[in-house]
Amino acid sequence: MEKTMNLTIRVWRQKNRLDVGKFAEYKLADISEDSSFLEMLDILSEQLVADGHEPVAFDHDCREGICGMCSMTINGIPHGPESGTTACQLHMRHFHDGQTITIEPWRAKPFPVIKDLVVDRTPLDKIIQSGGFITARAGSAVDANAMPIAKGIADYAMDAAACIGCGACVAACPNASAMLFTSAKVAHMNSLPQGKAEKDRRTLAMVTTMDGEGFGGCTNIGECEAACPKSIPLDMIAHLNRDYATAQFKNFFKPVA
Amino acid sequence: MNLDSKIPEGPLAQKWTSHKFNMKLVNPANRRKYNVIVVGSGLAGGAAAASLAEQGYNVSCFCYQDSPRRAHSIAAQGGINASKNYQNDGDSVHRLFYDTVKGGDYRAREANVYRLAEVSSDIIDQCVANGVPFAREYGGLLANRSFGGAQVSRTFYARGQTGQQLLLGAYSALSKQIGLGKVKMYNRHEMLDVVKVDGHAKGIIVRNMVTGEVTRHAGDAVVVATGGYGNVFFLSTNAQGCNVTAAHRAYRRGAGMANPCYTQIHPTCIPVHGDQQSKLTLMSESLRNDGRVWAPKDQETAKKIREGKLNPNDVAEDDRDYYLERKYPSFGNLAPRDISSRAAKEACDDGRGVATTGLGVFLDFRDAIKRDGQKAIEERYGNLFEMYQCITGDNPYETPMMIFPAVHYTMGGLWVDYNLQSTIPGMFVGGEANFSDHGANRLGASALMQGLADGYFVLPYTVGNYLGEQGVAAAGQVTTDHPAFAEVEADVQSRIQKLMSIGGTESPRSFHKRLGNIMWEKCGMSRTKESLTEAIEEIQALRREFWSNLKVVGDADSLNPELERAGRVADFMEFGEILCRDALMREESCGGHFRAEHQTDDGEAMRDDDKFAFVGVWEYKGDDVPPALHKEPLVYENIKLATRSYK
Repeated sequence: MEKTMNLTIRVWRQKNRLDVGKFAEYKLADISEDSSFLEMLDILSEQLVADGHEPVAFDHDCREGICGMCSMTINGIPHGPESGTTACQLHMRHFHDGQTITIEPWRAKPFPVIKDLVVDRTPLDKIIQSGGFITARAGSAVDANAMPIAKGIADYAMDAAACIGCGACVAACPNASAMLFTSAKVAHMNSLPQGKAEKDRRTLAMVTTMDGEGFGGCTNIGECEAACPKSIPLDMIAHLNRDYATAQFKNFFKPVA
Repeated sequence: MNLDSKIPEGPLAQKWTSHKFNMKLVNPANRRKYNVIVVGSGLAGGAAAASLAEQGYNVSCFCYQDSPRRAHSIAAQGGINASKNYQNDGDSVHRLFYDTVKGGDYRAREANVYRLAEVSSDIIDQCVANGVPFAREYGGLLANRSFGGAQVSRTFYARGQTGQQLLLGAYSALSKQIGLGKVKMYNRHEMLDVVKVDGHAKGIIVRNMVTGEVTRHAGDAVVVATGGYGNVFFLSTNAQGCNVTAAHRAYRRGAGMANPCYTQIHPTCIPVHGDQQSKLTLMSESLRNDGRVWAPKDQETAKKIREGKLNPNDVAEDDRDYYLERKYPSFGNLAPRDISSRAAKEACDDGRGVATTGLGVFLDFRDAIKRDGQKAIEERYGNLFEMYQCITGDNPYETPMMIFPAVHYTMGGLWVDYNLQSTIPGMFVGGEANFSDHGANRLGASALMQGLADGYFVLPYTVGNYLGEQGVAAAGQVTTDHPAFAEVEADVQSRIQKLMSIGGTESPRSFHKRLGNIMWEKCGMSRTKESLTEAIEEIQALRREFWSNLKVVGDADSLNPELERAGRVADFMEFGEILCRDALMREESCGGHFRAEHQTDDGEAMRDDDKFAFVGVWEYKGDDVPPALHKEPLVYENIKLATRSYK
């Protein structure tokens, strides 16, 4: 027999970017513990629609924890209480009957609220656009096995590349720093032999863009690592700092780009 | 409707090479005079947009998500096929071609599939060059795994996140071009119609999902790479936003819709938990490399398991029915998807299903863990096991996983010729949105291959060829001031107004659920003439109800997920009927299309090559008028049609 629960949902409502916004409270009954967190929000939406109200707007898409679209702070923690889990993969069995759940959008200056829980995360795309790529025009590649890459390096690059770009690290950081996000991409590409040619240029450009978009600096608090649904480690930031220092040093003597 | 497939002359292996040579080229200096519209930013769309921009064309790219990196290609887990033969186990372009045609139950076009197999190796090279961290062996060379429907090891993978890594590769190439200003990216924009000028696709109408603004965009060619239509079933493994709108709107403007009844039901998904479920989660097919699929031999044991009175681990070896290994000894647990799904359904229909609903079978890793150790299994499937545990609360290292088939992929789609051009000149269709390469059933790890083949290596050539044929004098000549744009924009606006103004009582999601229920029950894993006839009538009735009782809250000029869903469901309501009509027309069983009337004595699909070796293409004839059927005959010159056997 499946277990169900009754809940109080305290959720941020904000009409648009200019609206001030405030919390609203709703009651929900008979939520199955096997439901996902977003299914619980679907049920809330249907309830609101039935009453003639607008449902709570929230970003979501794959619901498999991989697209990075879902983005909400649940009881003060981006993506909620389960570590290494996106909001869409969070299930109601981690909550209990009678609980009040508070849901907010990502709170960070570079991520303005568009509506309710939906924020604008395009600054993350801009960081990638400035250098988060390895230039290889379609058609120009050599045989994939021409360059062996030690398993350890490939595995490390994969660890870094697991980032889903959700922005939880920014939301968790008191400085709204995007260092974990940026460093994961830098570490992924800088560690691979294919990525070496653009290493310095990439590192400098991405950090410059990151700063320019209004993200704060890193003060080694570590909230990002704790909130990251893909458990990207702080080591990546160390990697970025090292590559950034090297690139700046070289750039001082001879501009790298 | 002109269904000239434009397959080049010459021997199969030379077709693509000679076709490329015969193409019209556009001088690099002239390319910047052309604008190409790409709708969708997944593997096909993202790679095409990046590659066309690299060549020098101006590209506008549209996606409904908040970033191009989120397209649903990202969710593919298992891998990507390529005929590299790095394992020295007998793979070749011809074998990949053969496996794909056979896997598709001889309903795909030979020349297209051959080209796909031919460029498959280039894709791996390209992805590695772009920094995709594929799994490697200790020697530093690329690792491979095997996948359903093949007896060679040709699948490249990046843990259980291959789709993610490939998409991020294409996204990074696309991002570079956005940064350079060669691609103008429109996030959170949804294509709502296509604009034709003198019969050629010259633009699209989109809605800005944040502001509600409806805008016109003109281009010299339009590429539609908007994915599949699995969400017509409501519950599927597709992302919530996946929809048929772009393809269906193109169909209404004259593009042929091909083989919509070919829908793939994936055998290894997590069973449904209840009626509040919003989506189904796929567990990668790669799990079948090591997991053994079984159901209890008798109904009594199954009942005890369902009621929680018996631990599946305590079921004796003799009481387990490893039905895939029993029925298909040579392919065993790696039998293709359609076959595995039907076998699971059979077991459950027989009262031997597990999970609380009785709709589940086991995928057991006990023997693999015993053989290779838990660590090895963890390395191969760690993230999938975690995902399973996170969703179900069960630990699959200890309790066997439960799986059940779910709608996953759609082989049908807009009809395209060899150049991936639809029946609307100037409109190209790539990836899952077209029908071209997988016939009636897609093999595992072939979707990623096709998306990137289309995006990196086919469309950049064929779109260029089309632009070259139009001539440089035509470049950028059609602008959004052309009356055709105003006309289509007015249609789009009035449709939005209509959706907003019905003022009924039922939500778009509720209608979607009801449609999905009809589709799954009557046009799902097994179909009959009777069930399909009923489905068509029920969909028509539901559609009438939709347009008289729909309730859309909110307004049209701001972010409104209800309105977005309403528009998509409205299109699914029309499209679902075409799908059922196609299934009704096809009086045979092939691949993902199983007509209960057409099966062998032991329950295998029975094709009818004499009557049905053709592509069924539907032409829009007007609202409430049945669409017209056209046929493109499938001619097999290099492969002998045979009954597919995996025994």
